Amino acid sequence: MLGSGLKLEHMTAQAKELAVDVRGLRKQYGDVVAVDGIDLGIHQGEVFGLLGPNGAGKSTTVEILQGNRDRDAGEVSVLGADPARGTRAWRSRVGIVWQDESAPAELTVDETVRHFARYYPRPRDPEEVIGLVGLEAKAGSRIKALSGGQRRRLDVALGVIGDPELLLLDEPTTGFDPAARRQFWDLIRKLADEGTTILLTTHYLEEAEALADRLAVIARGKVVAEGDPTALRERYGTEATVEWTEPDGSPRTERTQTPTRTVAELMRRFDGEIPGLRVGRPTLEDVYLRLTGQEDAR
Amino acid sequence: MTATVVRQPREPRTEASGKRLPGAWGLGLRRGALELKQFFRQRDQVVFTFAFPVVFLFLFASIFRDDVQGAGITASQLYVPAMMAAGIMSTSFQSLGISIAIERDEKVLRRLRGTPMPPAAYFLGKIWLVLVTGLLETAILLGVGTTLYDVELPSDGGRWLDFAWIFVLGLTACALLGIAISSVPKSGKSASSVVVLPFLVLQFISGVYIAVDTIPDWMLNIGALFPLKWMCQGLRGVFLPESARVLEQTGGWEYGRIALVLGAWCVGGLLLCLLTFRWKNRRDG
Repeated sequence: MLGSGLKLEHMTAQAKELAVDVRGLRKQYGDVVAVDGIDLGIHQGEVFGLLGPNGAGKSTTVEILQGNRDRDAGEVSVLGADPARGTRAWRSRVGIVWQDESAPAELTVDETVRHFARYYPRPRDPEEVIGLVGLEAKAGSRIKALSGGQRRRLDVALGVIGDPELLLLDEPTTGFDPAARRQFWDLIRKLADEGTTILLTTHYLEEAEALADRLAVIARGKVVAEGDPTALRERYGTEATVEWTEPDGSPRTERTQTPTRTVAELMRRFDGEIPGLRVGRPTLEDVYLRLTGQEDAR
Repeated sequence: MTATVVRQPREPRTEASGKRLPGAWGLGLRRGALELKQFFRQRDQVVFTFAFPVVFLFLFASIFRDDVQGAGITASQLYVPAMMAAGIMSTSFQSLGISIAIERDEKVLRRLRGTPMPPAAYFLGKIWLVLVTGLLETAILLGVGTTLYDVELPSDGGRWLDFAWIFVLGLTACALLGIAISSVPKSGKSASSVVVLPFLVLQFISGVYIAVDTIPDWMLNIGALFPLKWMCQGLRGVFLPESARVLEQTGGWEYGRIALVLGAWCVGGLLLCLLTFRWKNRRDG
């Protein structure tokens, strides 16, 4: 978090207040420690990814931020208030998309979105929101007739209908096919461009990399790394891999901090094309697996 | 760390917004309309809910149809107000007990809790639903009773007034008990067994299926602790001739006591709901 002081100076006074400020958060279920002293700071207007394997404590953390779960210890401020004592006015500023959702099966998309709009003091236009999530063609359909992906988009519609300043998304794309996931990402980017602060949990690394301005990797209830995706990669994986094939056909691999020098040497040796040349930077996935102690999973 | 946020955060707008949060009463009406819409769109549920007491009335009143000794009525007539009371309890206690447990299990309640909807709006919506379905059920049973089993509609306004307050108090008490019992089942799947068993037992010991003068006193006394016995008794008073009062445990309709017990259950049921209502099921902590 060292560099963030510099960034803050350029921000407006209003934005200086963190949208989400969590310090020393702890939650235990019986003997199992689900969240073990987490600190998070999410700036206004930021898309923040909470990345970690299943059971790392992501959902527990988000549920505490929603005001839907008690915590054992720690200070939590969401939009300037303690979620455990969230008022109706506070709830109207926070949009929630849960991991497992259920909307009234017998109502139509249009009826449901319009009804939920009534709960908020300054809702968005229901028709516009249905368009935003791409359900115009399904507006008159009963919810029970929607596909899984369409239901998920309805969930997002209900999450943003109140025009929230902060949107909490818990594993929003679990169970999506790749095309639906891309569509969903576009939707999240649209919302982010409108200035909504977004906290998103995911166990898909590519999702965090595609969407998040900053991310925290959590494992076993602790934040094990934090930063923007590129910085994380640079900080935790600087060693590159150079691969090529020797003239006798045997493959060679070299791990090095200076891949350019290695390639220059190879060019001199081979005088022309280097057979089977590949220079690899560690992917964020390599970094992630190392950080979360799942290297064996590969 | 490199700064990557290029977007302009939106202006916090709470202080600026002069708009107030929508009120519970208006939202309660809207929720009521929505609940009714959902209810009537589930065709099988509608048929099952309304047909159940009608089928039972038809069975009992057709099987037991002899004159009741010294009461000036037939056994069939006796079943009409009893089934009306059971119908009121089924549309309130049973349907709320089961449907709220399922809504809790399916996280419908948790989602509502995540919005600024005032909790009172949810309960008001349920009350509108129960009021409309309860009235419909009662009207259907009364229709069957007057056409098939010689029950006469009371001609004086006083009796209709008695009917009105017994209906409202009984329905409210049962609805509140239904909301309270919805927190007992661990999942939506087990809800119907948890809710139906006590309802069934109460129907046996409150004079719905079996006439009060045949039920052992100790059972009747247990039944008397709950609203159903008093609803049956009150509706018998409204829809049966005065001569039938000899069949009652005390030989009278006891309107004062009916009002007292039903009123007490309304207050007690409300307290029970406030103390025990959960927006999440137990697994969700």
